[in-house]
Amino acid sequence: MIASIAFYLFATLTIAPALAVIFARNPVHSVLWLIVAFFNSAGLMLLLGAEFIAMLVVIVYVGAVAVLFLFVVMMLDIDFASLRSGFTRNLPFGIIIALVLLAEIIIAVSAWQAGPALSGHNVAATTQPNIVALGQLLYSRYLFPFEIAGLILLVAMVGAIVLTHRRRHDTRPQKVWKQVARRPDEAVKVLDPGVGEGMKL
Amino acid sequence: MGRFAPLLPELILSIGGTILMLVAAFTGRRGSGLTSWLSVALLIAATFALMGAPSHAGPVFDGLIAADLFASFGKAIMFPAAAIAIIAAHGWFEHDHEHSSEYAVLIVFSAVGMSVMVSATSLVSLYVGLELQSLAAYVLASYRRSDERSAEAGLKYFVLGALASGILLYGISLLYGFTGTMNFTGLASAFGRGAPSLGLLFGLVFLLAGLAFKASVVPFHMWTPDVYEGAPTPVTAFFASAPKVAAVLLATRVCIEALGPATEAWRQIVIFAALASIFLGAVGAFGQTNIKRLLAYSSINNVGFALIGLAAAGPQGASSVLFYMAVYIVMTLGAFLCVLWMRRPDGEPVETIASLSGLSQTRPAFAAAIAIFMFSLAGIPPLFGFWPKLLVFNAAVASGYVALAVAGIVGTVVGAYYYLKIVKVMYMDDPVEPFERAREPIQGFLILLAAVIVSPLGYLLIGPLGALTDRAAGALF
Repeated sequence: MIASIAFYLFATLTIAPALAVIFARNPVHSVLWLIVAFFNSAGLMLLLGAEFIAMLVVIVYVGAVAVLFLFVVMMLDIDFASLRSGFTRNLPFGIIIALVLLAEIIIAVSAWQAGPALSGHNVAATTQPNIVALGQLLYSRYLFPFEIAGLILLVAMVGAIVLTHRRRHDTRPQKVWKQVARRPDEAVKVLDPGVGEGMKL
Repeated sequence: MGRFAPLLPELILSIGGTILMLVAAFTGRRGSGLTSWLSVALLIAATFALMGAPSHAGPVFDGLIAADLFASFGKAIMFPAAAIAIIAAHGWFEHDHEHSSEYAVLIVFSAVGMSVMVSATSLVSLYVGLELQSLAAYVLASYRRSDERSAEAGLKYFVLGALASGILLYGISLLYGFTGTMNFTGLASAFGRGAPSLGLLFGLVFLLAGLAFKASVVPFHMWTPDVYEGAPTPVTAFFASAPKVAAVLLATRVCIEALGPATEAWRQIVIFAALASIFLGAVGAFGQTNIKRLLAYSSINNVGFALIGLAAAGPQGASSVLFYMAVYIVMTLGAFLCVLWMRRPDGEPVETIASLSGLSQTRPAFAAAIAIFMFSLAGIPPLFGFWPKLLVFNAAVASGYVALAVAGIVGTVVGAYYYLKIVKVMYMDDPVEPFERAREPIQGFLILLAAVIVSPLGYLLIGPLGALTDRAAGALF
């Protein structure tokens, strides 16, 4: 019973913020809604008895969202002062969201203790922590795609370096040794202009 | 060790590629020649390693990938094509001082991705292979950072490619959700249980849409002309050859092995995509003035013909797809090697069709080579390009799709126009400034070799190549 309530709660709260991500006018709000969606999908994973993946979703995706946030802030022209101005006005709304998340966590924990009721067949998670099961599969049956995924990451790294790290001729980097080695007679020119003659440089 | 024997080509390429990365890191810019030639050697070694276990070991890693003759055939034409893309780049990047060793290494990694694609028998390996190949390709497309068009091509390819990957993944998740399996055999048995449900159909459509993007099939072709034009020419030669073969072969395996029982469901999609590609590829090429854009439309057009063979399904159809792609890769590489030689006397590359004007008077042999490739791509009878077209039409007729074959033939005639236009420009127009006389004996030899294969002498290959494609296609059934 508690498991089905929790499922519908998490499912609704995954889909609704996902829609809000698309429809929010402000990109910063989109990113925040995305975090709500990720947290709730982590809750769904928890209901399936996949606690490791649930934690992974939170850690990896919220980490990724932080990067996304940086991109949004850097690439788009957003006036943060006006966003911050309504803090006290929006405080009740923020507290409500926090309470909803807190309630969700409580429900998730109690539903998780009730066992993976929704997965149909009972997973081996009860006998074996699923991080162990996952590790065993990754290094045996799924070794091949796992290694290829490693190659993909290598290519991504090589690609990023190839595309950004190259010698450019139009930049003017600071040359410290040149600055230190500079002497007064190279930098200063002492002239004695005659009256009404002007100066030639 | 015996367990890894069927993976020998992939192992050679991935371990070798990683070591070459170190070589590149320690030799820097000076080592670009060394890395290029070592990469070519790796690809050739991997091709030879295909003999033996990699072509008949069957399913490996619990059916995640298959080491069969179908996959080996694909690899045997893709690895040399990748090697040619490295050789072709060698002279080309030297001249604008942007060559670095990573180019060759990225192509090697891309080759690993392609070989995983053609041997994938599970949606997991399908996806990782595709992604490895694409990711390397995105980097290669924007390899000339100083060139704005190249950067634009890379960005466009990346954004659209990521979208296509998303669509593909969505299809995969639907298929997995409704069948509970990722294996092609498991999917086939799920599809075999009566009429597919709506969820399965959606999964199938999304999966095919993602693959169609990678093979640049209409209606997912929009990126092709822009990316082919913007990417450096050796990279374009690579895109038009090996990855395209990988995508078409992957689509063939997915359609026949995984979706075989649902043939009626995907056949209409493939027929539409085939005809749309043929006609849009032919019509889109009409107004083009840039030869790389024109060849991009030509590649869309040619993949359309290969899909006719796929729509025919059955062993004969699959065999004709393999034959088509084998000949296509030779014609395309030949044509692109010629484009690489289109350089002004000061060494600056040109890409306009107008610059070919009167080439038959200034450089008769070069003009003859281009003419051979154009006639062959158009599928005009005495040349070898005609035979694979005949095979796919034959396969379509044999499975009762006469109208499809007739539409394909009409498309051939429409498409012949722009190939012939190039020949006309070369042979009948007044000569303009002649090209630089290229001093690259290896490229010259490769052009000659490709020209001989697509010339009527190529008909000698029909026997052995036909037998090989028949056996390779037989591995799917």
